[in-house]
Amino acid sequence: MFGLEKKDTSLLLIVAVLTMFAPFILNPFPTDSALAQFNAGYPDLMQRFVIFGIFAIGFNILFGLTGYLSFGHAAFLGVGSYAAVWMFKLIGMNVLPAILLAIIVSGLFSVIIGYVSLRRSGIYFSILTLAFAQMSFALAYSVLTPITGGETGLQLALDDPRILGVSQTAEGNIPVPSLFGLEMRSTAELVVGPWEFVFNVGYYTSALFMLASFYLAIRIFRSPFGMMLRAVKSNQQRMNYTGLNTRPYTLAAFVISGMYAGLAGGLMASMDPLAGAERMQWTASGEVVLMTILGGAGTLIGPVLGAGFIKYFENIFSKINDNVLHGWFAFLPDGMEDFVVFIIHPFIGKGWHLTLGILFMMVVIFLPGGLVEGGQRISSWVRGRKSEDKAKGKTEPAE
Amino acid sequence: MGILEVKNVGKRFGGLQALSEVNLSVAENSCHAIIGPNGAGKSTLLNCLVGKLIPDSGSVMFDGQSVLGRAPYEINQMGISRVFQTPEIFGDLTVMENMMIPIFAKRDGAFRMHAFETITNEKQVVEQAEKMLEEMNMADKRHMHAAAMSRGDKRRLEIGMCLSQEPRLLLLDEPTAGMARADTNNTIDLLKQIKEERDITIAIIEHDMHVVFSLADRITVLAQGTPLVEDDPQNIKGNPKVREAYLGESA
Repeated sequence: MFGLEKKDTSLLLIVAVLTMFAPFILNPFPTDSALAQFNAGYPDLMQRFVIFGIFAIGFNILFGLTGYLSFGHAAFLGVGSYAAVWMFKLIGMNVLPAILLAIIVSGLFSVIIGYVSLRRSGIYFSILTLAFAQMSFALAYSVLTPITGGETGLQLALDDPRILGVSQTAEGNIPVPSLFGLEMRSTAELVVGPWEFVFNVGYYTSALFMLASFYLAIRIFRSPFGMMLRAVKSNQQRMNYTGLNTRPYTLAAFVISGMYAGLAGGLMASMDPLAGAERMQWTASGEVVLMTILGGAGTLIGPVLGAGFIKYFENIFSKINDNVLHGWFAFLPDGMEDFVVFIIHPFIGKGWHLTLGILFMMVVIFLPGGLVEGGQRISSWVRGRKSEDKAKGKTEPAE
Repeated sequence: MGILEVKNVGKRFGGLQALSEVNLSVAENSCHAIIGPNGAGKSTLLNCLVGKLIPDSGSVMFDGQSVLGRAPYEINQMGISRVFQTPEIFGDLTVMENMMIPIFAKRDGAFRMHAFETITNEKQVVEQAEKMLEEMNMADKRHMHAAAMSRGDKRRLEIGMCLSQEPRLLLLDEPTAGMARADTNNTIDLLKQIKEERDITIAIIEHDMHVVFSLADRITVLAQGTPLVEDDPQNIKGNPKVREAYLGESA
C-alpha cells in the first residue's frame, strides 16, 4: 500500500493508529487517581511529542543514514519558527502558508550551512554546524533584533498588517492561528466516567504532518537514494571510485533534514505564535541528537520513540516533587519514609535531567541500537523461547 | 595507440622524486602488469591514473581524453574501475546492495535524487545485480552483510562490483596481497576468466610474480620511479636488469 512493502505499511499504520488515538492512549489513568499525574494526554505535551518527532525523523535522515552528526539543527528549527511568525504577522493567521514558508526558508538556510559544513566530515563537520548554529543564535539575540525580536522574541501585535486576514478580531484581540477557520487551540473534551480525554485541533494538525513526514522518511529509506546515503556512511572512498559524487548526496540529505526541522519549527509557531532565539541554542540541537540516539539512529521508528521518551520525561518526571513522593510512601514508617524520599529526591523534579542522563548512558552502553534494539532483543527473546530450534545465526539489520 | 597513454609523468613529494619520466601505453583488450620493488612508485602511478593524485608534469590520456584534474568519480564515469589493495566495499550494506550501487551509478550518473523510487521495484538493476552475483558465485550470500565475509569473498565482490559497471579499463592494485595461496589461485582463475570472456583492458600492479606471469600479456618494470623495461613476459623473466632491480646485485 502507498508504494510500501508490507512490513513498512504495517509500521506506518501502527504509527497512524497510535497518533490518532493518542488522546486515549496517553490518558490511561482516571483524573482523580494518584497516578493521574502520569497522564500525558494534554494538548501542549501531545503537540510537543509529534513536533519533536518530526524534528527527530528529519535529523535521522542525515545522521542515521549518512552518519554526519550535525550539532546545529536547532538553527533550522528556529529559522522555521521565525518564518512562520512573520507569515502570521504579514499575511494572515492561516497555518498552511506559514508552515510552507518555514520549510522553504529553513531549506534555503540549510543549503548555505550545508554547502560550507559538508566540506569537512566527522568531528570537523559537527563543529562547523555547531558554530553556525551558535552564530545564528547570537545574531538572533543581538543585531538581528528587528527581524527576530531579540531577547523578548518575535511576537504578534495588534497593529500587524495581516493583509489576507484581520489585524485584530472584533473583540480587539490578536487573532489566533487557524487552519481555514479551525482554530489550533480549540479543543473538545470527552468525559467517560472518571476519565477525561482531550482532542485538540493543533495536535491533530501536527500529527497529520508527522504521519506525512514519517511516510516520506520510509520512502527515502527504501529508495536508491537512501541506499546511496547509507553507502556514504559505509565507505566514501568506494563511492568515489564507483563514479558517485558524495557531495550532492550529503547536501541533499542535509537540506531534507533541515526542511524537516523547519516544518517542526513552523508547527511550533503555529501552536503558539511566538518565536524566541533560545530555540536555536546548542542545547536544543543536542536534544535532537539525544532523541535520535536514544531511540535508535538509522531506524525508522527510533527517533519518534526517542522524542516521545525525552519529552515525557521532561514534562512528567519534572513535575514529581517531594510532596508527591511523601504521598506515595506514606505507608512506610516516618523515618523510612523520609529516608526513601531523600534517596529519590535528586532524581525527580528539577533532577529529571539526572534520571534521563543515567538512562541515556545505560542505553548507549547496553543497547547501542537504542530503544529499537531493546525492542528487537525482547521480541527475539520471546520468539526464541517459543521456537528455540529456529534460532538464527545472524542478526537482522535494524529497521 | 593504446587505450591508456601515460606520457612523461613526474611526481615529487617534498624531497622525494616518486615518479619521473614515466611513459606507458596500455593496449586495448590486453592485460598489462606493472611490477617493481617496494618504493618503485607503482601505487603513486596508479593514484595518478584514477584522480587521487595529480602529477606535477606529463599527461595521462584515456581513450583520447585527458584524465588529469578530474575527480575520481568522473574518471570512473569515463570507464575506469579500480580494485584496491585491501578490498574497499560497503561493509554495512548487504552483498546485494553492494552489487546494486555500481549499477545505479552506471545508469544514473554521479548523482541522482531518486528518493521516490523503491529499490525492489528497480527490476532491471536487481536482475543485473543478481546475474553478476551468480557469475561471481556469491548468489547464496546476497543477504549477508558484506563486512562479515572472508577476505577472498570481499575481493570477489569488489571485482564483481567493478565489472558490473562494464568498465573499459580495470585497474587492480595488488589484488592478491595478503591472501592465502588458495585464495590467490582463485583470484587468478577469476581474472583469467574475466580476460577471456570480456572485452576489457586490465592494468595490474602486483608483487607476486606467480600472479603476474599467469595473467600479463605485457609487463612494465618500474624502479625508483621510472620504467626500467617494458616487454613480453618471457623476455622479462630472463632480463638481467630486472633481476638486479628486484633481487639486488648479488643475484
